[in-house]
This record gives sequence, structure tokens and C-alpha cells, in this order.
Amino acid sequence: MSNEQAGALVITSADLCDAIKTATQDVFSTMLSVELKPGEVFTEKQEAAPASGVVSLIGLAGPWVGTGSVSCTASLACRIASQMLMAEYPGISEDVLDAVAEVTNMIIGNVKTALENRLGSMLLSTPTVIYGRNFQTRSARNQEWTVVPFEWDNERMCVQVCIAPNPDAESQKIRPGFPVPHMLNV
Amino acid sequence: MDVLIVDDSAAIRKILQRVLVQAQVPIGTVFEASDGVEGLALLKKQTVGLVLSDINMPNMDGLEFLTKIRAEPAWKDLPILMVSTEGTQAKVLEAVERGASGYVRKPFTADQIKEKLAGLF
Repeated sequence: MSNEQAGALVITSADLCDAIKTATQDVFSTMLSVELKPGEVFTEKQEAAPASGVVSLIGLAGPWVGTGSVSCTASLACRIASQMLMAEYPGISEDVLDAVAEVTNMIIGNVKTALENRLGSMLLSTPTVIYGRNFQTRSARNQEWTVVPFEWDNERMCVQVCIAPNPDAESQKIRPGFPVPHMLNV
Repeated sequence: MDVLIVDDSAAIRKILQRVLVQAQVPIGTVFEASDGVEGLALLKKQTVGLVLSDINMPNMDGLEFLTKIRAEPAWKDLPILMVSTEGTQAKVLEAVERGASGYVRKPFTADQIKEKLAGLF
């Protein structure tokens, strides 16, 4: 993948995969009492095929910049919310989208913490959650995504991150709450 | 004891309320705010005995919120537990230097919250 040098700062694809797997499993076991097993990791550079369901996105900024996302079907999003909030959610609602956003925040936040020792301090935006049909997401810089799929009772959830050295670290800092550096076609 | 929970996630606010009950904290009214600005406005109107606050929030983040609370003499000793995904030592130290009474990293267990609260009261 595209994790070349940014000065002396380097991460490998394996580092990123390990950080994603550890953070996701930790969040699910601690907050949902669910043990998730990762599937086969893959990378994506081109726009993904149109998708349906729930996608939650968070921006990362600092000496390295990028985006982290969690995507799943609507039914799995409801199940995540039900398990996390100990209530029944038969359909997508504010609570369901908020639960997915918070799961994303915790996963990508912990990935960020794992990477910060090597890449320097980064900022995290607040999550943006989209629910719909037939939409596409792509990185504005056409970066490569590292995708780790997880399965929960035959339903699939993907956690993915694209991150690259910031060519202009000083001028491109963002603060939490700023929009994610991402393009979205709904 | 009335409690203020400040987090931009309604899901986390609900979970923290549940955890406080599980931790057998004798809570009265739980006030909720979704950022530091709302949190400060509530603190000016209500007297609470404990604040739980996130760090990464829009409008006013948890560290600025913490600084503003500690700048007010009346709230100098108010117990404030930070609950955040931010997990680096530098961030924890910054929160403590700004006056946090404790720090719990997300994801958290009820026992972790209970243990931190036991050290505050």
C-alpha cells in the first residue's frame, strides 16, 4: 500500500491491519459483548461498487491525513445498536445511526491512538453517518483503502482506513467537527 | 447526587447512565449535554456532584470545557471524569494538568468506570 516515508514516519500495511483488527475486536467485546473474527484483508483503490446500508466516516488529520469508515447492512446496524444500548431496534432510527457513529468513533479513535506513536499526533473529526441505497464513496485523493471485513452471524461489516503522509501538514490541520476529507455520491 | 454527562453521542450518554446505575452510584437527576457549550450552560443553572465528559466534541471540546470549569472557583473541587477515545499518554496528561479528576478510555467496562468513581468519592 501507499505508506511511504513522510520524513522518518512510516507505517506498513500490516501495522494498519493489526491496529484495525485490535481496535474493532476490543470495541465489540467491551461494549457489545461480541467476539468478532476478522476475514481476509484486502485493499481498494478505485471507487467501490454502489452500496446500500449504513456508512460512517471519520476524518484523520495531522502529519498524516486520511479517513476511517465502518460500513454494514441496515439490519446489522440495528443489531449493533440493540446489543450496545440493550433495547430493540427493528429499523433504522436516530439511535441506530448514533450507535454506529459511536462505534466508528471508538474504533477509528483507537486505530489513531495505535498509530500516533509512530506517525505523530493526529486529530479526529466527529463522525458522519449515511444511510441509503445505491451510493458510492471515494477518497478525494484517490488513496488506497485497507479494508478489514468482519462477520457477525453471516452478516458482514467492513472497517476500512486510507491514510497517507500530509504533503502540507501545517496548512491542512482540521479540528474536530470539521467535515471529513471525503467525497460522497448519494 | 445529580450528574452531568457531556458527550456528542446520545448512545454513550445512555450507556454511561446505565453504567452509573450498575456501579451503584447514588444518582439523582442526570443532565445531558452534547458539547462543552451546553455543558457549561447547564452547570450555571444546576448544581451537580459529578461530571462525565468526552473530549472530541463540536463547538467546545472536553479539554476547553474542563479548563473553563476549573477557572471558576465554585467548581474547583467538582469531580470530573473524562471518558474519551483519546488514549495517548500526552492527552491523558493534558487532561490531568487541566484539572481532570480521572480518565477512562473508550471502550470502557462498567467496572472501569466504577473503579475510577470509587477513587473520587
